[in-house]
Amino acid sequence: MSEDASKPFEPKIVAFFCNWCTYTAADLAGISRMQYAPNVRAIRLMCSGRVDPQFVLAALSEGADGVLIGGCHPGDCHYQEGNHNARRRFELLRLMLRDMGIEDERLRLEWISASEGDKVQKVCNEMTEQIRALGPLRLATVPRWSADGDHDRAAELVKQVTS
Amino acid sequence: MSKPKVAFYWCASCGGCEEAVVDLAEVVLDVVEAVDIAFWPVALDFKVSDVEALADGELAAAFINGAIRTSEQQEMVELLRRKAGAVVAFGACAWLGGIPGLANLSSRESILEFVYRGSPSVQNGDGGVPQELIDVPEGRMTLPHFDETVRTLDQVIDVDYYLPGCPPPCGLIAGAVMALVEGRLPEKGSVLAPDVALCAECSRAATKPEDLKLKSFKRPYEVIADPELCLLAQGLVCLGPATRSGCGAVCIAANMPCTGCMGPTSRVIDYGAKALSAIASLVESEDEDEIAVLAGQIADPVGTFYRYSLPASLLHRRVEPARVSEGTAS
Repeated sequence: MSEDASKPFEPKIVAFFCNWCTYTAADLAGISRMQYAPNVRAIRLMCSGRVDPQFVLAALSEGADGVLIGGCHPGDCHYQEGNHNARRRFELLRLMLRDMGIEDERLRLEWISASEGDKVQKVCNEMTEQIRALGPLRLATVPRWSADGDHDRAAELVKQVTS
Repeated sequence: MSKPKVAFYWCASCGGCEEAVVDLAEVVLDVVEAVDIAFWPVALDFKVSDVEALADGELAAAFINGAIRTSEQQEMVELLRRKAGAVVAFGACAWLGGIPGLANLSSRESILEFVYRGSPSVQNGDGGVPQELIDVPEGRMTLPHFDETVRTLDQVIDVDYYLPGCPPPCGLIAGAVMALVEGRLPEKGSVLAPDVALCAECSRAATKPEDLKLKSFKRPYEVIADPELCLLAQGLVCLGPATRSGCGAVCIAANMPCTGCMGPTSRVIDYGAKALSAIASLVESEDEDEIAVLAGQIADPVGTFYRYSLPASLLHRRVEPARVSEGTAS
């Protein structure tokens, strides 16, 4: 919101990587000294099936410009079904985000096995450039009323969007 | 000893919540016996000046239904907040934004444009839209400001309790009023309804398969639903698994799937995301294209999953496309 206009826009991407494949691949990319966009903040989960759509919305509402989900290739899930569930939620969530005015490029699901460090590099770079072209995600902020003065901020923000 | 005073007020709502109070039928006599109604614009002839004349905190409780969209609504709920010991967000609109909250899918300008000019059923000579201030020969006329965004009650004032439902079920209303009157106050911020999912009280729960999987989603008009079997198992998008109970599953009794008006349980932050997750996980396919086809069978995902809760969601409203003048790509 209050980004310095003089600085070029740097996308913030939150990545949910599964412990068994994609996070290991990101480690491999690091060990192999592959360089990729520093815009991606990786969060390790045990499985891509653990990615609750609430996590994605929370990331976006807290300032992420995009969310990347990384899991094992189909058939390789450590828990058999987890990545399929991730896919099921992702497809529906993407349709919903589209209706909320959020571009498809801001949510991405990729299968990246533990040996594919180069794919981590490629996907992170690609997504960063796509979102850089889209620009920042501008969400409305409407905080809950609170006694410590957030209320005035809410009223101020509403005034801003209404004027 | 004088009876505790209560107020009822409505904001952006349809009047169904007022109807629910009337629907208390003979129970309303117990309520009237126990309290003095000091303000209820839909039913009783009190004026705003009567509320202003009350001492701060003199009302035991204010029951406020409807979402907040105009400056008038904001002024009224701020006034009632000062006068009331407890504020109860009454119904889905006050708690979560409700059906009027779906207006957060459109901009203020596009709403005014459609309602006063674009709609095929509108005849509006010179295409005028309401002005907040206009001078006419008889004098100066004013209207409240119409906000860009629909807000929930607790985005505008401090709220003590929430009564869910569209409208809240009579049993919960009577229970809430009596609890307040008798001073049996639950923890601040409580939702005055059971904290389990609707499936727990659904009469069809026994017919819900342990491992439910679906090959297609259907809309209510596409099937004649079996009146005994779990509606979800019949392919209808029933939001019972993600929705708070306390309504007695009346829609399901009428063979209609749950649309989620009772909102989330206390473990959920964003109702729509959780409901979406519950439904998406039922898809019986591992094929990416087929999963996409099934997801596409759910018409209007935002309207389906956020039917009553868009303003309370993490995203609040549709993202407006970036203005060209702000062009960020260089």
